[in-house]
Amino acid sequence: MTTTKSKAASELAAHLAACESFAASAPGPEWLRRLRRNGVTHFTELGFPTTKLEDWIYCNVAPIAKLAFKPSAGADASVTAKQLEPFAFPGWTGSRLVFVNGHFSPALSTLPAPQKGVTVTNLAAALTSGDPLVQAQLAHHAGLDASGFSALNTAFIADGAFIALAPNAVAAEPVHLLFVSAPGDVANTAQPRNLIVAGANSSAKVVEHFVSLGGAAHFTNAVTEVVVGEGANLEHAKFQEENLEAFHIATVQATLARDSRFLSHSISTGARLARHNINLVMIDQGVDCVMNGLYAVGGKQLVDHHTVADHAQPHCGSHEFYHGILGGSSRGVFNGKIFVRKDAQKTDAKQTSRNLLLTDTAIVDTKPQLEILADDVKCTHGATVGQLNDEALFYCRTRGIAEVNARRLLTHAFASEIVNRITVEPVREHLEQVLWARLEELIEKK
Amino acid sequence: MKQPLIEIKNLSAGINGKQILKGINLTVRPGEVHAIMGPNGSGKSTLGYVLAGRKGYDVTGGSVTYDGKDLIELAPEDRAREGLFLAFQYPVEIPGVNNTYFLRAAYNEQRKHRKQEEVDAVDFLAIVKEKMKLLDLPDSMMKRAVNEGFSGGEKKRNEIFQMAVLDPKLAILDETDSGLDIDALRIVAEGVNKLKRPDNAAIVITHYQRLLNYIVPDFVHVLFDGRLIKSGGKELALELEEKGYDWLIGKNGK
Repeated sequence: MTTTKSKAASELAAHLAACESFAASAPGPEWLRRLRRNGVTHFTELGFPTTKLEDWIYCNVAPIAKLAFKPSAGADASVTAKQLEPFAFPGWTGSRLVFVNGHFSPALSTLPAPQKGVTVTNLAAALTSGDPLVQAQLAHHAGLDASGFSALNTAFIADGAFIALAPNAVAAEPVHLLFVSAPGDVANTAQPRNLIVAGANSSAKVVEHFVSLGGAAHFTNAVTEVVVGEGANLEHAKFQEENLEAFHIATVQATLARDSRFLSHSISTGARLARHNINLVMIDQGVDCVMNGLYAVGGKQLVDHHTVADHAQPHCGSHEFYHGILGGSSRGVFNGKIFVRKDAQKTDAKQTSRNLLLTDTAIVDTKPQLEILADDVKCTHGATVGQLNDEALFYCRTRGIAEVNARRLLTHAFASEIVNRITVEPVREHLEQVLWARLEELIEKK
Repeated sequence: MKQPLIEIKNLSAGINGKQILKGINLTVRPGEVHAIMGPNGSGKSTLGYVLAGRKGYDVTGGSVTYDGKDLIELAPEDRAREGLFLAFQYPVEIPGVNNTYFLRAAYNEQRKHRKQEEVDAVDFLAIVKEKMKLLDLPDSMMKRAVNEGFSGGEKKRNEIFQMAVLDPKLAILDETDSGLDIDALRIVAEGVNKLKRPDNAAIVITHYQRLLNYIVPDFVHVLFDGRLIKSGGKELALELEEKGYDWLIGKNGK
């Protein structure tokens, strides 16, 4: 016991030393340096979460702490545009910001045509130019209180995406953020920090896309802060297709102002261990938000979604749809919290979590967690775990469709229900291709 | 006389060891419409499911020869490919699968089985359009997911539409009239009538006589307690409407 403990302590100490040296030497204005130091302090207190913590009970991150830790210093210049071809969305003509190991790569990126009131750039550039919005919002929503991982990300704030919309601005095209992990001599750690600020009545669509080059283990620890202003409309899609040795921990923290609309998607097929925290806080009335998610995993993969719909104010709606498809000996976790605060009357919160187990050895833990302090609210939740519907299978077969094809059809349909909610067609098409291949693998290998 | 399309001989079947069909005898020839009537719980839907091959419905005795083949030996999809079609009493919703896509997948699997070339999306659309016109269906129905959010009437019309496209030799309509108002009933019945040909046949399972005002059967059979206890012409349906089932059950009942 003592040896394990001291080993864990020494692993943590190595991380701490790296944090401290980065925070001490990394460039930036004083407020940013202070922010990073706060990150270090919080991470020192929190460390990596253990499975003794309720929120991490199924998600053992000990292997991450054991990884040789190498914070990446900059974009790997050896990555070529050709290597990124498989990650292009079919027919996509829009912009794409590429981040290699967490750092912006101008050479691989295509910025959108300049548009009045729309800023699409990387965080490092925004910090250099001294955009006041960054100082006003960065780490005001996430990063210092949630978990050790967010604190760690904050300690290493250097680069990521910065998207800002002035009031009434409507982004002409969706933004594709491609986060690439390129193989290094030791496992790379990428800690992108993204900030999206949508001004009043503005509108935009943003896609975060996480991929790996090669099959070596790496660690992504991403934090995205989203601020949706009054009457603004934001669609945020996240697609994680990293390699099967990867560790992926990410938080999306959104603050939703009066009468805003927020559509969140999380599609997760990759990584050995993927943990997605998606937290939405409705800070004023009239918010309408959707959390839409799909995970399709096999082998020994673990995918864990922790979502929060925090109804802090009355007259808000949150609608959550999560589907899981699990093959091999994989494990899925869905934990959906709905908070309805004391004053949040007329809340309309709906949550469904449905899971399809393709094998006897796959496991899913799904848990709705409702804390309702107001009395005039509508909250529903439902969770299912099981196999394909026998009646639907029989129905397909009576039309002449072979059983194996009927299974395929119904499994894909289960995934399509989620994918179809994404409004950006090239993204949907890419997802359908990747998912099709992934599901074929899961069905074959079962 | 034409060769039988289906010949059911002394068929017994049940679920979980519970006997439901207790010796059914029925012969259907091409060009014929047979109505099977009977009170609730007599085994009407079971007969439909057994003929379509639903898992869990075990045949315990007798035989079913369909188009010269042993039907019971065939998987449900093979029965469909050989031209048997079951219109469900409760059509199943399949969210996430487009209605046109679904039907084309079924259509092509059936064509493949018959060694015919598969049909691409464009040609299939032409077939769909033609059948929709025949049945007077709205285009919007084909853009939606299979039966998802359809009203009771739309679901039944979709069954008849699938039947029109798949063009079966033998159609079994299980309580197609249940849950329909009189307009929807008329539309569904007209669809069935338009699809009737000398080389195909239908078994219409129904609880009420009213459907038979629109689909005129050549033969009417009364199913009670797992047996066909009375057979006759279309006038038998009217007699049942007038007198109910009790007079028959009295003679044959438990």
